[in-house]
Amino acid sequence: MMALVDCNNFYVSCERVFNPALEGRPVGVLSNNDGCIVARSNELKALGVEMGTAMHLLPPPIRRQTVLLSSNYALYGDMSRRVTEVLATFSPHVEVYSIDESFVGFHGFDPAMLETRGKRLRDTVRQWTGIPVSVGVAPTRVLAKIANHMAKKHPAYQAAGVCRLDADSPTTRELLKQLPATELWGVARRTAERLNVMGINTAWQLRQADPKQIRQRFSVVQERIVWELRGQPSIQLDDMSAPKQQIMVSRSFGRLTGNPHDLREALRHHAARAGEKLRKQASVTSAVMVFVRTNPFRTDLPQYRNRVIVSLDRPTDDSRELIAAAVEGLRHLWRKGYRYQKAGVMLLDLSPKANRQLTLNETPQTAAEAKRSERLMAMVDKLNRELGKGTVQLGLPRQGNAWALRSERRTPRYTTQWSELVSVKL
Amino acid sequence: MSLSVSLLGRADPTAIPCPLPLFSSAVRAGFPSPADDHLDTDLDLHRHVVKHPAATYFVRAEGDSMIGDGIHHGDLLVVDRSLEALPGRIIVIAVDGELTVKCLERVGQRAYLRASNPAYKPIPLEGRESHVWGVVTHVLHSLPGAPLP
Repeated sequence: MMALVDCNNFYVSCERVFNPALEGRPVGVLSNNDGCIVARSNELKALGVEMGTAMHLLPPPIRRQTVLLSSNYALYGDMSRRVTEVLATFSPHVEVYSIDESFVGFHGFDPAMLETRGKRLRDTVRQWTGIPVSVGVAPTRVLAKIANHMAKKHPAYQAAGVCRLDADSPTTRELLKQLPATELWGVARRTAERLNVMGINTAWQLRQADPKQIRQRFSVVQERIVWELRGQPSIQLDDMSAPKQQIMVSRSFGRLTGNPHDLREALRHHAARAGEKLRKQASVTSAVMVFVRTNPFRTDLPQYRNRVIVSLDRPTDDSRELIAAAVEGLRHLWRKGYRYQKAGVMLLDLSPKANRQLTLNETPQTAAEAKRSERLMAMVDKLNRELGKGTVQLGLPRQGNAWALRSERRTPRYTTQWSELVSVKL
Repeated sequence: MSLSVSLLGRADPTAIPCPLPLFSSAVRAGFPSPADDHLDTDLDLHRHVVKHPAATYFVRAEGDSMIGDGIHHGDLLVVDRSLEALPGRIIVIAVDGELTVKCLERVGQRAYLRASNPAYKPIPLEGRESHVWGVVTHVLHSLPGAPLP
């Protein structure tokens, strides 16, 4: 069994920890470039404000009662790490899926105690960090995702914040029968449309489908979803795409390594790959999360996991800037004396490239510079597509170049630097 | 409620230890003993003070209501959220949306926030929106001559 632990309205919850006056009020967190709402409190959701709404399009009556905040990724990254640390006290097997979601392995625990354990986990995260979480317990990732959704939204589970779905319980059957296949994790809209043509509309119908047929008509991943719905673990985290608004690239090393150059190379590669994905969906990012960890199962070795968020002072889709950010992040994370198993890069605060605006304190890129960067990236992507991944790799920008200068003027890292303190409104 | 707090920063759970030499005899005024020449071990003040890194936060005290407990205006407080708020403990608590520092007291069924400065009256929690934020475990008070952070 495993648990999917998801922080409720994560960015807003982080802000509320340090400013309790925000409790019970409609609160929205804005992306730091184009003024779109990227996180909403329940009160703001109840007012009918959709994710991604541009700030200037908020109706004045709603605008007046809403607290709108700029995003503070240094704070969110730090709180995210604290949550993961608490989770790690409940199980050695914690896999970070996004900035606010983690899978926690419950292998070997007494099955009868899992709900109690889930509740204790939830209470402990709440007390230690102030962040409310929902917990979905199930035998597979796909079912855990559904269980988590139930823990958050279903009146029967909401109060406890924990929902457990066993593979063959009547409850699971009922829920799967009501759940449209479109809402399943890993089922794209187009796939769902084709499933509908085959007469598969609900999660239950997909579970009853012939796995071989699903593989032939769709893909191996879709087949695995069928097995997962039946309660048979088949999906690795790397098979699933990260949630919208985030791009994640990470991989385990073939062997444990204590060599900083291995980590640097891996992170440069991941940052470049993340840049490709970013450009493919025509977006820009303004915050790069970098994370490293050792192998939690090697209890004979010293354990370390850490992450840091590098804020960019202007949104970009340029792999060179992402690589520089990843390397900068590694400088903060690197500790000697550990054997590392995994490193990764997550791009946060994505927004469409087309409608981006300059922020007040951003260094404008000249049109020529932007054009050149765009042409270069397009060519790099094309070569890598046609001649194989990694054909063209990007070197590191020189020290003391424009990038390094610009990063000196980033917004204060309120909770992570003695010299950049935050004052809580009193 | 005139002792309030502001958030300073987090306790870095992975801070590189800053070992300080431990001398085998207690600090005394006067000349050091020659026996102090050998070191026993290294001391890491951060680890000594921060027992639960994921739950520990640093905040800045503003006000004079807790002077009796040795908390001065401008002091740095170490707050551990993993500890239980028991009567007699100094806690950070959100009252009506504002973070404050007081001593938790219980009289019968009623909870009070007690200041340690006679100029301030106890605050009954009854009828107020409040939730405990954490337990203050240490006060770092700088004396004249301390280098500025």
